[in-house]
Amino acid sequence: MSSATMTAPADKKSHSLALMAGILLVGLHVAIGLLTLVWLPYDPTAMAGGRLEGPSLLHWLGTDRLGRDLFTQMMIGSRIALIVGVGAVAIGAVIGVTLGLLAAFASKWLDDALAATLDILIAFPTLLIAMLVVAASDTANLWSAIVALGIALSAIVARLTRILAKRVLVMDYITAARTSGSSWPKIVAIHILPNIWPTLSVNFALQFGLAVIAEASLSYLGLGAPPPNASWGRILQEAQGTVYTAPLGAIAPGIALVSLAIGVNLLADGLRDAIDPTRRAR
Amino acid sequence: MTALLSLENLSVHAGSKPLVSNLSFSLNRGERLGLIGESGSGKSLTSLAATGLLPAGLSASGSAILAGKQVIGAPDRELNQLRGTAVAIIFQEPLTALDPLMRVGKQVAEPLARRAQRDGTPFSGTALDQAVLALLDEVALPDPQRIAKSYPHELSGGQRQRIAIAMALACKPDLLIADEPTTALDVTTQAEILSLLDRLVRTRNMALLFISHDLPVVANTVESVVVLRQGETVETGNVADVFGNPRHDYTKSLLAAARRLDDAMEGRA
Ligand SMILES: Nc1ncnc2c1ncn2[C@@H]1O[C@H](COP(=O)(O)OP(=O)(O)O)[C@@H](O)[C@H]1O
Ligand SMILES: [Mg+2]
Repeated sequence: MSSATMTAPADKKSHSLALMAGILLVGLHVAIGLLTLVWLPYDPTAMAGGRLEGPSLLHWLGTDRLGRDLFTQMMIGSRIALIVGVGAVAIGAVIGVTLGLLAAFASKWLDDALAATLDILIAFPTLLIAMLVVAASDTANLWSAIVALGIALSAIVARLTRILAKRVLVMDYITAARTSGSSWPKIVAIHILPNIWPTLSVNFALQFGLAVIAEASLSYLGLGAPPPNASWGRILQEAQGTVYTAPLGAIAPGIALVSLAIGVNLLADGLRDAIDPTRRAR
Repeated sequence: MTALLSLENLSVHAGSKPLVSNLSFSLNRGERLGLIGESGSGKSLTSLAATGLLPAGLSASGSAILAGKQVIGAPDRELNQLRGTAVAIIFQEPLTALDPLMRVGKQVAEPLARRAQRDGTPFSGTALDQAVLALLDEVALPDPQRIAKSYPHELSGGQRQRIAIAMALACKPDLLIADEPTTALDVTTQAEILSLLDRLVRTRNMALLFISHDLPVVANTVESVVVLRQGETVETGNVADVFGNPRHDYTKSLLAAARRLDDAMEGRA
C-alpha cells in the first residue's frame, strides 16, 4: 500500500477536527454575540457589585474598578469583535479585490503604478494606517474604526488579488473561455473569482484576526468605540491600572481575542478544504 | 464563395522579431487543412492571430478575414462575437484547458447557453442540461450523467479532451481549429480522438484547421497542408502531393523523422 493511501485518512481526520474546533470557537462567540442583543446578565454601565471583586457565582469574572460585571462586558466584546472583524474584512475585500483585479487587467504602466503604491501602503503597519484614518475623521467611534481598518486591510487584499488573478489569467482555460466568446466580466465571475477564492478566503480569515486585534489596539489607545459598547481592547485598557489586584480584567480579553482569531483561521482552512474539489478528493 | 478563413500575408511580430512571416491560405466550409511544422514554428500563434487572441506584446500585420470580418486591428468586442460562433479552438493540453474548480457539465453548458443566446433562442434549466448530455453523448463519453457531474481531475486525459471537443461543438462553429489536440495523449487514445474529430467534422460539415507537428496524424485527417518552418511557409499543397513528393528539404526531414518513429514503433511491437 502506498504511503498516500496510508496517511490520507489520518489527514482527513485532523482536517475535520480542525474544522470542528473552528466551528466551535467561532460558534461560541457568535452565540454569545447574538445573545447580548436580547439578554445580558447585568447592566454593563451600572455598578453590579463591589469594586474589583474576584470571580464568584454571581460575577463569573469578577467586577472592574467601577463595580461593573466583567463577564457582561466580555460578552458585549464578542459582539463588537465580530462586527469589527466582519465589517473590516468586508470593506477590505470589496475595495481590495476590485483594485487587485483592476491592476491585473490594467495596462503595464498602470499596473506597475498600482503595484508600487500597494507595496508602499503595505510597508506601513495596518494599525498605523488605521490610526491615521481615524485621526482624519473627527469622531472616534466603532464605525470609524471599522472603516479605517477596512481601508488599511484593502492594500493587503489588493496585492494578493492582483498576484492570484495574474496567475489565473495566463491559464489555458481562460484562453479557452475567450476563444468560445466569453466576455471578460463573465470570465472574472465564473473562472477568476472562484479560482482565487480558496486562497483569498484563508487570507480573509487571517485579516479578520488582524482586524480584531488592531481594533483592540485602537481601543486601547482610546481611538476605538467608547463605552458602554466597549471592545476587549477597552476592557484591557481599563484593567491595566489594576492588573496586579484583578488580573482577570487583562487575561480574559487576551484569551477571548486569541480564541476568536484562531477559531476563524481554523474555520477558513477547513472550509477551503471542503470547497476545493481537488483537495477534497485527496 | 467567400472563404471562412482567409489569411493573406499574415505576419506576427514580437517587437521587431518576426515569429510568423507572410502566411497565406484560405479555408472554405467543409475543407480540412493541416498546418504543420516542428515545435516553435509559429503554428499556435497563427491560430491566435486569426482569432484576435495574440498575447500582449505580440502584434499581427497583413490580413486575416474570418467569416467576412477583418480580424487584424478589429476591436475585441467585435471579435468576441465571432469567437464561439464562427470559430472554436481545441487546445493541446486538455487538463489545463479546463477550469479545475468547475464541474465539466457546467463548462460545456457555458458556451452552449451563449450560442443559444446569440441565436436568439436562449435556453436554460432542464433543456440546457439535456443539451449538455446530448453533446457528451455525441463525443462518445460513457455515462454522460456521471461525467457531467465530475471535475476535470476525476477524468482521464482522453475523456478531458472529449469534454474540450464537446465545448467546441457547443459553439456550433463553422470553423474548428484543433491545435495539436492529440499530442498530450497516449497512442490508443490519440487514434480514438482523431477518428472522433474526423467523424464530427464530416457530419457537421465544419471546416477544420488541424495544427500538428506529427505528419502521420495530419496525413489521415486533412486534404491539404501548409508546412511552416520558423514562421516561414516552406511548402503548401495537397496532402498526397506534399508527402508523396516533398520538394523542400525541411519537409523531407520531417517525413524522414516520422518514418523513423514509425519504424521504431513497429520494430518494438
Ligand atoms: N508571447 C510571446 N512572446 C514572444 N515570443 C513568443 C510568444 N509566444 C510564442 N513566442 C515564440 O513564437 C514562436 C512560435 O510559437 P508557437 O506559435 O507557440 O509555436 P508552435 O508552432 O509550437 O505552436 C516560438 O519560438 C515562441 O518562442
Ligand atoms: Mg503550439
